Amino acid sequence: MTTIELPSYLDKSEAVSARFEKLKQREVILEVKHLGKQFNSQQGPVTALKDINFKTHRREFVCVIGPSGCGKSTLIRILAGLESPSSGEVLLDNKPVFEPGPDRGMVFQGYTLFPWLSVKENVMFGLQMQGATKATAESEALNWIELVGLERFADAYPHQLSGGMKQRVAIARALANKPRILLMDEPFGALDAQTRSKMQANLIEIWRNIDITVLFITHDLDEAIYLADRILVLKANPGEVEELIEVSVPRPRHSGQIISPEFLATKKRLEELIHPPSEEDEADGLHMIRMAHVGDDVEVME
Amino acid sequence: MSQSPRWFAVRQALTKKQVTTLTLLSFFLPILLWSLVSYVPFLWHPKVEIVESGSITWLKPGMLVDQEVFAEQQRLATEQESALPQGTGANPIYLPAPHEVAIAFYAAFATEPTRSSEQWLHESLWHSIQIIFWGFTLSSLIGVPLGVLCGTYVAISRLHEPFIEFFRYLPAPAFGALAVAILGIHDGPKIAIIFIGTFFQQVLIIANTTRKLDVALVEAALTLGAKKFQLLFRVVIPGILPDLYRDQRILLGWAWTYLIVAELIGTSSGITWFITQQARYKNFDNVYAAIIMIGIIGVVSDILLAKLGKRLFPWEKEQVKA
Repeated sequence: MTTIELPSYLDKSEAVSARFEKLKQREVILEVKHLGKQFNSQQGPVTALKDINFKTHRREFVCVIGPSGCGKSTLIRILAGLESPSSGEVLLDNKPVFEPGPDRGMVFQGYTLFPWLSVKENVMFGLQMQGATKATAESEALNWIELVGLERFADAYPHQLSGGMKQRVAIARALANKPRILLMDEPFGALDAQTRSKMQANLIEIWRNIDITVLFITHDLDEAIYLADRILVLKANPGEVEELIEVSVPRPRHSGQIISPEFLATKKRLEELIHPPSEEDEADGLHMIRMAHVGDDVEVME
Repeated sequence: MSQSPRWFAVRQALTKKQVTTLTLLSFFLPILLWSLVSYVPFLWHPKVEIVESGSITWLKPGMLVDQEVFAEQQRLATEQESALPQGTGANPIYLPAPHEVAIAFYAAFATEPTRSSEQWLHESLWHSIQIIFWGFTLSSLIGVPLGVLCGTYVAISRLHEPFIEFFRYLPAPAFGALAVAILGIHDGPKIAIIFIGTFFQQVLIIANTTRKLDVALVEAALTLGAKKFQLLFRVVIPGILPDLYRDQRILLGWAWTYLIVAELIGTSSGITWFITQQARYKNFDNVYAAIIMIGIIGVVSDILLAKLGKRLFPWEKEQVKA
């Protein structure tokens, strides 16, 4: 097998560099400063997150990626205000946040639609909590439902929908509050491959059409590169920022780019960061035993 | 090619026809057993019903005597070479045959009570239903909100549940004498016993049901801007309603189990009065009729409530029928 020479993931055309320069000029929506989180477990205190620093800019799409146990879910829960940090702070529009609020929309992996409400009522929920009248909430909700293409299902209950449709409702529900940032915790993790790639395309489309900043957690490298402007790579034990990668793959993105040199170079770098080759891994390898009765009539390819 | 239906596949659904067959069988088999014991002479019949006394004067027609006694008397009569007493095998008086119970069942509704002070069976039943209704309603009025609050707020749970946990081990009938002293001898203490028997279980069960609500739904509501009481009234309560309704159905069944004890307290009343009175006169066919009536009321009301539940909670996923 011949290896293809990939460009360095750092190689950028001038256009791409200019794009990121411009991005960093935009106003900062969310800023995380020296964020740390310790848990008390039976084995003593565990550091889940250590000194996390990053900024997201207006209309930026940031993916957070890292091996399991790197604290990416803890991070997003702190950003949403569902957990409090042990140290450091989270600033939204330069104001510290302490508790959950409608200015940060959240989409969970487990859908979390209210089963007793119809699709329309689910999307209306946040607006009504904010004090909107039923009529206003309803007309706004219908707009968001249309945006995610579910107008035919406005009166259906969540249990009548497929996983992908449920997640579209969850996105519409979070966006209906017009949050400053949309936090997404592995939202497509439970979906099958086809639905997942459709949902990714949908999400990009929505993101392009409205003024929203997205922070998206995933463990899928392709998903991160396909979606993100920048990828925040965390490492485990303790969860720390390993690197913040600027994705040079040009926009608008399409599925064909998955074999483009920029895409592959970025992916290679991510793999090095997330699955570093180590002696430990080799020790963990499976012992392959060749069964005598297997493959007698199969040609062995070496 | 269609496969013939399987009866014993682990946790696999049966066809509609199979389910109907088994449901009918579950009632038919006990009745069949009862009929066999009642109508097939050699199966049990430990007693002898006297048809003719013969020379033994103390044996009167219609009397039930043990088989050994009857055999002894026959032997005596044979020895004295006098007329033999005649009799047929019979079951004890406490096991009437199905048709006798069926007749009693009809008669209890169709015949006027012998004494003017006595109640019709349906009047007794109606009185019992009212006792259950008030006991259960009063218990629910306090128990359901308290249970929901315990399941929602840890502070309220810690304040109430330890005491309730202790109190629920105290048998409700133990409070009978106290209830009579406080509430008099009529319906008051009976309703109190139903209340005590239901309330403490109710708070704990509903608190648990509330705690089982997926916390992610509460978190989702928080990120959508819901606060304090909005969380309780717009998320927790609607989220648990179908399960709460199911709990209430089960608890209503428990309330019925306290009925008999409750009605014995103070002046005996309702269906219990009917049962004890009939048992005193050895009208066991009436006793069975009344017991079966309680069962029918229980099953029918539960089926109706289950049907109502399906209408009330259309978002509930189709339950797999047992």
